[in-house]
Amino acid sequence: MVDVGRARMSTFITGQELPATTFIINRALLVNYANASGDQNPIHQDEVFAKSVGLPDVIAHGMLTMGLAGKYLSDLSGAENVIEFSAKFIKPVVVPVNTDVELIVSGKVGEIIDGRAKIELLAICNEVKVLGVAKGVIKL
Amino acid sequence: MLNPDLVGRTFTSADSVTVTKEAIQKFASVLGETNLDIAPPTFAISITLDQSQNLLQDSGLDWTRVVHGEQKFEIKRPIVAGDIFKCSSTIESARNVAGNEIVTVRSDLHADSDLVVSTWSTLVVRA
Repeated sequence: MVDVGRARMSTFITGQELPATTFIINRALLVNYANASGDQNPIHQDEVFAKSVGLPDVIAHGMLTMGLAGKYLSDLSGAENVIEFSAKFIKPVVVPVNTDVELIVSGKVGEIIDGRAKIELLAICNEVKVLGVAKGVIKL
Repeated sequence: MLNPDLVGRTFTSADSVTVTKEAIQKFASVLGETNLDIAPPTFAISITLDQSQNLLQDSGLDWTRVVHGEQKFEIKRPIVAGDIFKCSSTIESARNVAGNEIVTVRSDLHADSDLVVSTWSTLVVRA
Protein backbone atom coordinates (compact mmCIF):
# COMPACT_ATOMS: atom_id res chain seq x y z
CA MET A 1 0.00 0.00 0.00
CA VAL A 2 1.32 3.43 -0.87
CA ASP A 3 1.37 5.68 2.14
CA VAL A 4 0.38 8.98 0.58
CA GLY A 5 0.80 11.00 3.78
CA ARG A 6 4.35 9.87 4.40
CA ALA A 7 5.41 10.25 0.80
CA ARG A 8 4.17 13.81 0.98
CA MET A 9 5.75 14.39 4.39
CA SER A 10 9.33 13.93 3.21
CA THR A 11 8.91 17.00 1.05
CA PHE A 12 7.33 19.28 3.67
CA ILE A 13 8.47 22.88 3.60
CA THR A 14 7.56 25.65 5.98
CA GLY A 15 4.57 27.61 4.74
CA GLN A 16 3.23 24.74 2.65
CA GLU A 17 -0.56 24.46 2.57
CA LEU A 18 -1.83 20.92 3.06
CA PRO A 19 -5.00 19.64 1.38
CA ALA A 20 -8.25 19.63 3.34
CA THR A 21 -10.08 16.55 4.57
CA THR A 22 -13.84 16.56 5.18
CA PHE A 23 -15.16 14.58 8.14
CA ILE A 24 -18.86 13.87 8.66
CA ILE A 25 -20.31 14.35 12.15
CA ASN A 26 -23.83 13.08 12.87
CA ARG A 27 -25.84 11.86 15.86
CA ALA A 28 -24.75 8.25 15.29
CA LEU A 29 -21.09 9.28 15.50
CA LEU A 30 -21.76 11.19 18.74
CA VAL A 31 -23.24 8.04 20.31
CA ASN A 32 -20.29 5.96 19.10
CA TYR A 33 -17.80 8.53 20.42
CA ALA A 34 -19.61 8.70 23.78
CA ASN A 35 -19.33 4.91 24.09
CA ALA A 36 -15.70 4.81 23.00
CA SER A 37 -14.53 7.70 25.18
CA GLY A 38 -16.80 7.22 28.20
CA ASP A 39 -18.06 10.81 27.95
CA GLN A 40 -21.81 10.29 28.27
CA ASN A 41 -22.70 13.93 28.97
CA PRO A 42 -26.33 14.23 27.71
CA ILE A 43 -25.62 17.55 25.92
CA HIS A 44 -24.01 15.38 23.23
CA GLN A 45 -27.00 13.05 22.75
CA ASP A 46 -30.21 14.42 24.20
CA GLU A 47 -31.78 17.34 22.37
CA VAL A 48 -34.29 18.16 25.13
CA PHE A 49 -31.53 18.21 27.74
CA ALA A 50 -29.19 20.27 25.54
CA LYS A 51 -31.88 22.90 24.98
CA SER A 52 -32.74 22.94 28.70
CA VAL A 53 -29.20 24.13 29.47
CA GLY A 54 -29.34 26.88 26.86
CA LEU A 55 -27.71 25.19 23.88
CA PRO A 56 -29.27 25.54 20.40
CA ASP A 57 -29.33 21.74 19.95
CA VAL A 58 -27.15 18.70 20.61
CA ILE A 59 -23.46 19.61 20.25
CA ALA A 60 -20.49 17.40 19.40
CA HIS A 61 -17.95 16.54 22.09
CA GLY A 62 -15.09 19.04 21.73
CA MET A 63 -12.78 16.05 22.01
CA LEU A 64 -14.51 14.37 19.06
CA THR A 65 -13.79 17.40 16.88
CA MET A 66 -10.22 17.45 18.18
CA GLY A 67 -9.97 13.68 17.68
CA LEU A 68 -10.91 14.07 14.02
CA ALA A 69 -8.32 16.82 13.64
CA GLY A 70 -5.93 14.32 15.26
CA LYS A 71 -6.84 11.83 12.54
CA TYR A 72 -5.80 14.47 10.01
CA LEU A 73 -2.38 14.55 11.73
CA SER A 74 -2.20 10.73 11.81
CA ASP A 75 -2.84 10.68 8.08
CA LEU A 76 0.14 12.99 7.58
CA SER A 77 2.69 11.24 9.77
CA GLY A 78 1.26 7.99 11.14
CA ALA A 79 -0.33 8.14 14.60
CA GLU A 80 2.95 6.97 16.19
CA ASN A 81 4.68 10.17 15.05
CA VAL A 82 2.24 12.66 16.56
CA ILE A 83 4.07 13.95 19.64
CA GLU A 84 2.17 17.11 20.54
CA PHE A 85 -1.35 18.27 19.87
CA SER A 86 -3.32 21.18 21.28
CA ALA A 87 -6.47 23.19 20.57
CA LYS A 88 -9.00 25.55 22.07
CA PHE A 89 -12.70 24.81 21.77
CA ILE A 90 -13.95 28.15 20.54
CA LYS A 91 -17.34 27.34 18.95
CA PRO A 92 -19.63 24.37 19.47
CA VAL A 93 -20.33 22.02 16.55
CA VAL A 94 -24.12 21.86 16.52
CA VAL A 95 -25.48 18.51 15.28
CA PRO A 96 -29.22 18.57 14.43
CA VAL A 97 -31.13 15.29 14.13
CA ASN A 98 -30.87 13.45 10.77
CA THR A 99 -28.10 15.77 9.60
CA ASP A 100 -24.58 15.12 8.39
CA VAL A 101 -22.50 18.07 9.54
CA GLU A 102 -19.27 18.64 7.62
CA LEU A 103 -16.07 19.36 9.53
CA ILE A 104 -13.36 20.55 7.15
CA VAL A 105 -9.83 20.22 8.47
CA SER A 106 -6.80 21.62 6.71
CA GLY A 107 -3.22 22.29 7.71
CA LYS A 108 -0.22 24.43 7.06
CA VAL A 109 3.37 23.44 7.73
CA GLY A 110 5.00 25.67 10.33
CA GLU A 111 8.55 25.55 11.72
CA ILE A 112 10.60 22.45 10.97
CA ILE A 113 13.31 21.90 13.60
CA ASP A 114 15.36 18.75 14.29
CA GLY A 115 13.13 16.52 12.19
CA ARG A 116 9.97 17.79 13.82
CA ALA A 117 7.37 19.82 11.99
CA LYS A 118 4.74 22.01 13.52
CA ILE A 119 1.41 21.71 11.69
CA GLU A 120 -1.05 24.55 12.14
CA LEU A 121 -4.58 23.25 11.80
CA LEU A 122 -7.79 24.90 10.71
CA ALA A 123 -11.11 23.21 11.57
CA ILE A 124 -14.20 24.73 9.97
CA CYS A 125 -17.87 23.86 10.37
CA ASN A 126 -20.60 25.77 8.51
CA GLU A 127 -17.97 28.36 7.60
CA VAL A 128 -17.14 28.97 11.26
CA LYS A 129 -13.78 28.17 12.87
CA VAL A 130 -14.51 25.69 15.67
CA LEU A 131 -11.00 25.05 17.02
CA GLY A 132 -8.70 27.90 18.00
CA VAL A 133 -4.89 27.87 17.74
CA ALA A 134 -5.01 24.18 16.86
CA LYS A 135 -1.59 22.73 16.22
CA GLY A 136 0.30 19.51 16.23
CA VAL A 137 3.95 18.53 16.20
CA ILE A 138 4.88 15.50 14.11
CA LYS A 139 8.13 13.60 13.76
CA LEU A 140 9.27 13.49 10.15
CA MET B 1 -15.69 27.18 43.92
CA LEU B 2 -12.34 25.50 43.70
CA ASN B 3 -10.47 25.50 46.97
CA PRO B 4 -7.56 27.88 46.17
CA ASP B 5 -5.26 25.96 48.54
CA LEU B 6 -5.31 23.08 46.07
CA VAL B 7 -3.54 24.96 43.28
CA GLY B 8 -0.19 23.27 42.74
CA ARG B 9 -1.25 20.11 44.54
CA THR B 10 -0.90 16.72 42.84
CA PHE B 11 -3.31 13.85 43.40
CA THR B 12 -2.32 10.35 42.33
CA SER B 13 -4.79 7.57 41.70
CA ALA B 14 -4.62 4.56 44.01
CA ASP B 15 -5.75 2.18 41.31
CA SER B 16 -4.15 1.65 37.95
CA VAL B 17 -5.88 1.57 34.58
CA THR B 18 -5.10 -1.19 32.08
CA VAL B 19 -5.51 -0.29 28.43
CA THR B 20 -7.22 -2.99 26.41
CA LYS B 21 -6.93 -3.74 22.70
CA GLU B 22 -10.72 -3.37 22.48
CA ALA B 23 -10.64 0.13 23.99
CA ILE B 24 -8.00 1.30 21.51
CA GLN B 25 -9.77 -0.29 18.54
CA LYS B 26 -13.13 1.19 19.51
CA PHE B 27 -11.71 4.70 19.96
CA ALA B 28 -9.58 4.54 16.80
CA SER B 29 -12.43 3.16 14.66
CA VAL B 30 -14.84 5.91 15.69
CA LEU B 31 -12.31 8.50 14.51
CA GLY B 32 -11.69 6.59 11.26
CA GLU B 33 -8.05 5.91 12.13
CA THR B 34 -6.45 3.29 9.88
CA ASN B 35 -3.92 1.98 12.42
CA LEU B 36 -5.92 0.17 15.11
CA ASP B 37 -2.84 -1.21 16.89
CA ILE B 38 -1.80 1.98 18.64
CA ALA B 39 -3.89 4.59 20.38
CA PRO B 40 -4.81 7.73 18.41
CA PRO B 41 -3.22 11.01 19.63
CA THR B 42 -6.25 11.99 21.73
CA PHE B 43 -6.93 8.56 23.30
CA ALA B 44 -5.41 9.57 26.65
CA ILE B 45 -8.40 11.83 27.31
CA SER B 46 -10.59 8.74 27.74
CA ILE B 47 -8.44 7.93 30.78
CA THR B 48 -7.40 11.30 32.17
CA LEU B 49 -10.73 13.14 32.13
CA ASP B 50 -12.39 10.43 34.18
CA GLN B 51 -9.38 9.96 36.46
CA SER B 52 -8.94 13.66 37.13
CA GLN B 53 -12.66 14.01 37.84
CA ASN B 54 -12.37 11.26 40.48
CA LEU B 55 -9.17 12.66 41.93
CA LEU B 56 -10.59 16.19 42.16
CA GLN B 57 -14.11 15.34 43.30
CA ASP B 58 -13.58 16.95 46.71
CA SER B 59 -11.77 20.00 45.31
CA GLY B 60 -14.82 22.26 45.33
CA LEU B 61 -14.88 22.34 41.55
CA ASP B 62 -18.47 22.18 40.30
CA TRP B 63 -18.17 19.49 37.60
CA THR B 64 -21.81 19.93 36.56
CA ARG B 65 -20.99 23.42 35.25
CA VAL B 66 -17.72 22.55 33.56
CA VAL B 67 -17.15 23.31 29.89
CA HIS B 68 -14.00 22.05 28.17
CA GLY B 69 -12.11 25.15 27.05
CA GLU B 70 -8.75 23.93 25.86
CA GLN B 71 -6.78 20.71 25.55
CA LYS B 72 -3.16 19.78 25.03
CA PHE B 73 -1.31 16.47 24.73
CA GLU B 74 2.40 15.66 24.93
CA ILE B 75 3.00 12.11 23.79
CA LYS B 76 6.35 10.45 24.62
CA ARG B 77 5.31 7.24 22.88
CA PRO B 78 1.98 5.92 21.60
CA ILE B 79 -0.26 4.15 24.10
CA VAL B 80 -0.62 0.44 23.30
CA ALA B 81 -2.75 -2.44 24.57
CA GLY B 82 -1.42 -3.82 27.84
CA ASP B 83 -0.18 -0.47 29.15
CA ILE B 84 -0.91 -0.16 32.85
CA PHE B 85 -1.14 3.47 33.95
CA LYS B 86 -1.20 5.41 37.16
CA CYS B 87 -2.68 8.84 36.69
CA SER B 88 -1.57 11.88 38.65
CA SER B 89 -3.45 15.13 38.31
CA THR B 90 -2.16 18.55 39.29
CA ILE B 91 -4.17 21.75 39.42
CA GLU B 92 -1.67 23.96 37.63
CA SER B 93 -3.65 27.17 37.71
CA ALA B 94 -6.98 28.65 38.64
CA ARG B 95 -8.20 32.13 37.82
CA ASN B 96 -11.44 34.01 37.68
CA VAL B 97 -12.49 35.79 34.49
CA ALA B 98 -15.80 37.67 34.46
CA GLY B 99 -17.23 35.36 37.11
CA ASN B 100 -16.14 32.17 35.34
CA GLU B 101 -13.48 30.04 36.98
CA ILE B 102 -10.79 28.86 34.57
CA VAL B 103 -8.90 25.87 35.89
CA THR B 104 -6.04 24.06 34.19
CA VAL B 105 -5.48 20.47 35.24
CA ARG B 106 -2.41 18.56 34.12
CA SER B 107 -2.69 14.79 34.18
CA ASP B 108 0.31 12.52 33.70
CA LEU B 109 0.03 8.87 32.75
CA HIS B 110 2.95 6.82 34.02
CA ALA B 111 3.63 3.19 33.12
CA ASP B 112 5.96 2.07 35.92
CA SER B 113 8.30 5.04 36.22
CA ASP B 114 8.01 6.12 32.58
CA LEU B 115 5.94 9.15 31.72
CA VAL B 116 4.01 8.19 28.58
CA VAL B 117 1.49 10.97 28.00
CA SER B 118 0.78 14.30 29.67
CA THR B 119 -2.55 16.01 29.12
CA TRP B 120 -3.55 19.55 30.04
CA SER B 121 -7.27 20.24 30.25
CA THR B 122 -8.45 23.79 30.69
CA LEU B 123 -11.88 23.72 32.23
CA VAL B 124 -14.24 26.66 32.38
CA VAL B 125 -16.68 26.56 35.28
CA ARG B 126 -19.54 28.75 34.16
CA ALA B 127 -20.82 31.33 36.64
